[in-house]
Amino acid sequence: MTIATRTPLALPTGGRRTRRSAPPTTLGGIALRTPFWVFSGGLAVIFLFPLVWTAVASVSPLAGTGQVKGWGFGNYVTLAHYQAGIWQYLANSTFMSLLTVILTLTVSTLGGYAFARFRFPGKNLLFMLTLAILMVPYATLLIPLYVLLNKVGLQNSLVGVSLVLTMFQLPFSTFMMRISFESVPRELDEAALVDGCSSFMALRRVLLPAVAPGLITVGLFAFLAAWNDFFAPLILINDSDRMTLPLAVSNLRVQVQGVIDYGATEAGVVVLALPCILLFLLLQRHYVRGFMSGALKG
Amino acid sequence: MSVQQATVPQHPPVRAHRTRRRFGRSARGWAYASPTALFVVVLFVLPLGLVLRMSASKWPLLSGDQGINFPDNYRKAVSNRFFAESVTFTLKYTVLATVLLIALGLGLAMLVQESSRWKGLLRASFLVPSALGLASASLLFYVLYSPLAGPFAPTMRRLGLTFLGSPDAALFSTLFLIVWRYAGFYMLLMLVGLQAIPSELYEAARMDGAGRWNTFRRITIPLLRPTLALTTILCVTGSLLAFEQFYILTKGGPDNSTITVVQLIYSMAFQGQNDLGVAGSLSVIVLLALVVINVVQLRVFRTSDES
Repeated sequence: MTIATRTPLALPTGGRRTRRSAPPTTLGGIALRTPFWVFSGGLAVIFLFPLVWTAVASVSPLAGTGQVKGWGFGNYVTLAHYQAGIWQYLANSTFMSLLTVILTLTVSTLGGYAFARFRFPGKNLLFMLTLAILMVPYATLLIPLYVLLNKVGLQNSLVGVSLVLTMFQLPFSTFMMRISFESVPRELDEAALVDGCSSFMALRRVLLPAVAPGLITVGLFAFLAAWNDFFAPLILINDSDRMTLPLAVSNLRVQVQGVIDYGATEAGVVVLALPCILLFLLLQRHYVRGFMSGALKG
Repeated sequence: MSVQQATVPQHPPVRAHRTRRRFGRSARGWAYASPTALFVVVLFVLPLGLVLRMSASKWPLLSGDQGINFPDNYRKAVSNRFFAESVTFTLKYTVLATVLLIALGLGLAMLVQESSRWKGLLRASFLVPSALGLASASLLFYVLYSPLAGPFAPTMRRLGLTFLGSPDAALFSTLFLIVWRYAGFYMLLMLVGLQAIPSELYEAARMDGAGRWNTFRRITIPLLRPTLALTTILCVTGSLLAFEQFYILTKGGPDNSTITVVQLIYSMAFQGQNDLGVAGSLSVIVLLALVVINVVQLRVFRTSDES
């Protein structure tokens, strides 16, 4: 009975084809839908199980880890005292990720504005070159970048990693910001220019608020990519004090003479995954919408 | 310098004002585009040139450039004892991963396409793993698959099986990890494509008495072709360059059966041999192969679009 009264609220009232297969909520309808609920629920469990299991296992007892008896945070203590200490790695990762986000947002906002609103010689060539970054394998670029960064004194430096990661983010972010600016009506900034704003003022005062959704998508993608990146720090960083979190957790597996500390690894995965999952859940609607509008227009 | 500057403003006086304004606008355009240009040139074009030179030079990791030795590095790269093996393995992995991810992505998208609270929940749970980094996901499954700490360890021990012990098991365990991590992402792309199909077409098909299978084959698949092209190209490119999952999960084992091309490049450059020249030539080979494969894919999708 309660189900019958609740369902009309849960379903959107718009006449979309998506409702074509929704059967009336009768007892028979429920019986018909049960196999579907069981099947799809089972799939959801398969996707969620590894995450939930890791979170639980990281605080449960296991021989040969930091948490031998009873439940507790022993594994996190092991993690905290690994080499330079987890705070150092967290700080490294945070610094590197935030710097990448700032650089990506700055470069792609200015670039997107230029591509969307100005005509200048070499515009198409530059845009195609930016997109061509997608076509080139990570490894192909990282080896010469390792040599180049060594030459300019940015070897073993988080700033160097941020610069490289910003470059890898550019195809997506420039594209995204370009279509964001293009979808804002021209009259908006032209009115500001007529009123005597400089083009930079028009960008800051008028256009930036209008492209905020694009900025959030680009920033989120840049943060997730930088926080999670493994290959670039693996090649560019070799000092254990400057390692980022993924690298540190991956190295920590083989701590003492080839004996693998599974507990500390689980704790490390939790620390790595938690910010990503929180950000994702917080901005889920945004992430999906930004992505969809981008993909549709492309 | 001064001569050049003096000769520039020689336009007819009437158009001078407009030209100056246009010049001003394009100069401002360049000013806004200059950070992008700087990044692209310094961190993309320059390294690309450098890797070409590297691939044609004797270039040990520690002592640096030792001069041109042109086809030597390429000869060494191709005759490396893992070259053929890694190419075959990478291709095999790419085909399997692409087929699995495209099929599952589409299947999941059709499962959660309609909007209801339950389906929104399903969508979110399929998408959560794609918030994790590939390295974190690989570490997670490294523990999950372990014969000591994993939740399936007792069952596997009883059955006498391992997740990573034999070449085939290692390949399929890695594929499961990849499907888990990426299926939601491909589902999202497929959902975007499905939403672009006008609902009138489905109505019309239903009026004509088309069954589910026929509707899927005659309407969904043809109209989803652009999305299928995009997802296939993304997936093939990503899989051909697979590294983290194998580096963390299998370390190329057992018996060097799961070495991918990128892993070969990495170990050539930074593990043991420390030969950037050979690693560079391998990178150039991979780059060329990737360009060729993508051009072929674009051709295939375009011709099948016309027919």
